[in-house]
Amino acid sequence: MTYTWRRKLADWLTAYVFILPVLLGWGIFVVVALVMSLYFSFTSFNLLKPPQWIGPVNYARVLQHPDFFRYAVPNTLKYSAVVVPAQTVLSLIFAFALDQKIRARDFFRTAFYLPSVTSSVVIGIIFVWLFSPKGVINQLLGLDVNWLYNVKTALPTIMMVNIWSTTGTMMLIFLAGLQDIPSELYEAAAIDGASRPQMFRYITIPLLRPVIFFVVTLGIIGTFQVFDQIYIMTKGGPLKATTTIVYLIYFWAFGDVTPDMGRASAAAFILAVAIFVVTMVQRRFLEREEV
Amino acid sequence: MTTARPTVVWERSLWDRLKMPIFYALLIAWTVLAIMPYWLTIVFSFMPKTAIFDPPRLWPKPFTLENYRVVLTAFDEFPLWLRNSFLFALAATVLRVFFSALAGYAFARMRFPGRGVLFSLILGSMMVPFVVTVVPLYWMAVKWFHIYDTLWGLIIVWTSGSFSFGVFMMTQFFKQIPRDLEEAAFIDGASWFTLFFRVVLPLARPALLALAIFSFQGSWNDFFLTLIMMQSPENFTLPLGLAMFRFQYYAIYSNVLAGSIFNSLPIIIIFFIFQRYFVEGIAYTGLKGV
Repeated sequence: MTYTWRRKLADWLTAYVFILPVLLGWGIFVVVALVMSLYFSFTSFNLLKPPQWIGPVNYARVLQHPDFFRYAVPNTLKYSAVVVPAQTVLSLIFAFALDQKIRARDFFRTAFYLPSVTSSVVIGIIFVWLFSPKGVINQLLGLDVNWLYNVKTALPTIMMVNIWSTTGTMMLIFLAGLQDIPSELYEAAAIDGASRPQMFRYITIPLLRPVIFFVVTLGIIGTFQVFDQIYIMTKGGPLKATTTIVYLIYFWAFGDVTPDMGRASAAAFILAVAIFVVTMVQRRFLEREEV
Repeated sequence: MTTARPTVVWERSLWDRLKMPIFYALLIAWTVLAIMPYWLTIVFSFMPKTAIFDPPRLWPKPFTLENYRVVLTAFDEFPLWLRNSFLFALAATVLRVFFSALAGYAFARMRFPGRGVLFSLILGSMMVPFVVTVVPLYWMAVKWFHIYDTLWGLIIVWTSGSFSFGVFMMTQFFKQIPRDLEEAAFIDGASWFTLFFRVVLPLARPALLALAIFSFQGSWNDFFLTLIMMQSPENFTLPLGLAMFRFQYYAIYSNVLAGSIFNSLPIIIIFFIFQRYFVEGIAYTGLKGV
């Protein structure tokens, strides 16, 4: 085969034709957008006045802004600290149950995944109704709580809704992980006289560790970015009790009477760095495990 | 050692006797919890608007189609939202799947300068939170490309933002299918294009379908980008329109519930038809993501 430079050049060109549409779209609306965002975070601007370079002032403003450190950050951390463990543990238990000789497994799997299929807007609309003062939840529990308009209950209510909607997805990931564990391992353990809980402790959990890490990381990244449910259910209220980081960024950039897109960009970058760090920590853990 | 034995045996049998009933109870409880909100929504969307806070029931009584009639006829924009949603989701799905497959194939099989770097960059960009690009996307749409508040603008921006995962998934898929067929066609003198359209795409059907379903779900349900990109009610998609509904027509919530069915039903139907691909896709990306 004569692989001439002419042929090689033609192959390169073909390859670039193949990736060109992706390269253009991704290049403009992801890469350029990211660079612009970094630039914006060092400027003062909104749509009416062009960006004006002011240096790292925005970062200082974000970190000192009470809405940021008093509401958005603690709310997001609380949200993550409750939702991530809850959805991870629940989905692991359900995946383990479904991995047994269960009748109608397909039915259960379908039902569990259903909440993950519908839009956050629809889920928000449904739960605003269910959790309203005269709604189904209060009727069933015999309570008279204004779940979404009470400073104490608003965030926990949104946490419950999110746990409800994401557990199914996490369960599917765990189930696939469980089914990847070779059954010979269990058989060998059974011959050695291991009990079921022992097998769970010494075979299932260690072999599932990478998947657990993955689900936890996915959960942290997702909860750090919660927005849709907040917007639909409470718009960050009452009294900023459900204002999370991403909701605050949105509010600063688009919702406020005096939009400050530079400050919003700076806050977005702080969040991106936090998410990057979480992802890297997870990678390190996994790499250490594999060695 | 022998003394410990009986305890272990006893523990085992107790656990074995109890575990299945416990598992079934757990699974059934969560199933009820997962389905009930949807079922109640359907039931109450078929009941008069005055009955919205009636005690929960499992069957609509009194039954009425009034809410659906109102949603479809009294709000001029509602049919437009439905149309926009379908156009947006279909176009976004087709564009994302086709171009991701094209690029994924190049990354998996072709040699060209910059391949490794580009692929790593595309992969790495999946870590960038969407909210970081929100302000620039708005800015570009308004100031640079004049695609703000247009459906095709939304299609382009959404598709572009979703390429990274599509390319990642398709590249992984193409890497793991055997080269035999392609090599045979290559020796017969087929060009890269013939190879791709005639040999590779038909082979890739399961992966294409899985990506298509994710894409449809993602664009059909999208809220944040649509919220940033759209301004006029006649250009809204269903999620954005429903969000507006929820705040404006709080007093006639039965209508809002009926409207929400139009957003959830199509995706639920698609889910039931292509369930296998949903499940496999999640398992695949979930595990390979590790």
